[in-house]
Amino acid sequence: MMFGGVFFKQKSTPKYWAIGGLLLAIIANCIELVKQHSFFNIDIKNMLVFNNFNLIFIIVALVCTLLLFLLNGRDIEKVGNNISEYFALIFFVLCGIAIAATFNTLLTLFLGIEILSIPLYILTASDKRNLKSNEAALKYFLMGAFSTGIMLMGIAFLYGGNSVSPSFYIDNINIGAGKLPVMIAIGLVLILIAMAFKVSAVPFHFWAPDVYDGAPTVFTSFMATIVKAGGFIAFIRLFEHAFGTAQPQWQMLVALITAATLLVGNLTAVFQQSVKRMLAYSSIAQAGFMLLSIFAMNEFAKQGIILYAAAYSLATIGIFAILVKMNDYTIDGFNGLAKQQPVLAATITIFLLSLTGVPLTAGFLAKLYMLIGAVKDGHQNWLVILAVLCAAISAYYYFKIIQAIYFKESKAEITHNWDVTPAFKALLIITAALIIVLGLFPTLITDWLYYSRA
Amino acid sequence: MPINYYIFLALALFCIGIIGVLTRRNAIIIFMCIELMLNAANLLLVAFSKMHVDVNQPTAGSDAQIFVFFIMVVAAAEVSVGLAIIVMLYRNIHSVDVNFLNRLKN
Repeated sequence: MMFGGVFFKQKSTPKYWAIGGLLLAIIANCIELVKQHSFFNIDIKNMLVFNNFNLIFIIVALVCTLLLFLLNGRDIEKVGNNISEYFALIFFVLCGIAIAATFNTLLTLFLGIEILSIPLYILTASDKRNLKSNEAALKYFLMGAFSTGIMLMGIAFLYGGNSVSPSFYIDNINIGAGKLPVMIAIGLVLILIAMAFKVSAVPFHFWAPDVYDGAPTVFTSFMATIVKAGGFIAFIRLFEHAFGTAQPQWQMLVALITAATLLVGNLTAVFQQSVKRMLAYSSIAQAGFMLLSIFAMNEFAKQGIILYAAAYSLATIGIFAILVKMNDYTIDGFNGLAKQQPVLAATITIFLLSLTGVPLTAGFLAKLYMLIGAVKDGHQNWLVILAVLCAAISAYYYFKIIQAIYFKESKAEITHNWDVTPAFKALLIITAALIIVLGLFPTLITDWLYYSRA
Repeated sequence: MPINYYIFLALALFCIGIIGVLTRRNAIIIFMCIELMLNAANLLLVAFSKMHVDVNQPTAGSDAQIFVFFIMVVAAAEVSVGLAIIVMLYRNIHSVDVNFLNRLKN
């Protein structure tokens, strides 16, 4: 991919290669899931573990990326001259996500997270002349590298604290309930901070709005959805396998972070004028919901996080795909969209409803699963109540856009040139249909978690 | 030497790094402080690796040393990307001051 740019004369060739490659990867993953054994027997010393949970997540991530390419392929080409590099970098990120979702040692966790973030720094900076993009890239890079340092320190402490069986395999770290040794406790907190940085949880979220705002919109769409979900899968895997038995020790800490994330994300999103920035804050708020799964850590939460990853990624990718086509990123820019582009207006409404969590959409069931998981856990019911209240707050700012679309007149006569093809509309309809199908039949995804070849 | 000395040294380096990141305003110095944090982690890993050495098990503790090599490689990759970003920024605004960026936002 990387060097493909030298050979391809035509501008759109890399896109087709990328789509083809993604399709191949999706098919390969599906076959592995159905057949329950892998294609290649490479000796990786058990450093990566593939099971249904992470295979399904990888499929979800790949499908979402495919949709992103299909919807926004032409916009990626518009960002700059080095088109094939952009696609190659996205593939590197996907590779990092796959490693981060399947890791079994702290070494592969670290490598996965790094492979995932370093190409993202470049993608953020890809709009070289734009000062906002530069600023976002620098901020993202400094914060990312900072959290990497914290994570490494945490890993070192976990390794040193474990005097019984020193190794990086995450199952060895799981030393059982009871009082944690000091060094392991330090390591746990440091790693928690680093992971909270990566998934932009409050109070480590301050980079996210600026970065999402500054990066080229297509890449924001990728970062805010697929990459963030990948971070969560790594997070949940780490805390389930490495610190699962010590859950009472850290549960309160996670509960506090979750509550802060929900509150800050939702309340600041209310005051945003730019839709892009509002989506950045709403992605922080959605991260709060996903944190509930780490808080609860049971079967419901695991089903929920997969569903949430799918529902949230699909809806946000759809909204960003439409946003890229707009000239004006403020909420007023959406005025009268229903008259000009009825299909776009209808689909964006479905996406927003799904993000809010209205029944019949996938977002509703995803949120429901999370809440059930948290209730079953039963220790912190105030958190569940807070989450429901925050969902209600989120309805306000999502519905503000819907209101602008349907009930406000566009004041300007300027009909801007909509670069919308029938294929784009068809894809949007397919995405919206996927969301509704998942909302009606969530078992389509979740049943695969328990699939095994008899 | 007891392991505590190493832990204190590594923690001191780590804290210097964190304080530097939080207080300094020059992008390159922030960057150097981050490197300091990474190296503190390296030092700690090597110290723990030495601590875990077992006569009966010759390979015990060696995985931490391998981890250190991985950190070095990743840090090098990170440096190349980071310096490129800083150079790009310098070309556009002729400064590497982080405060300048915050002023741009308004």
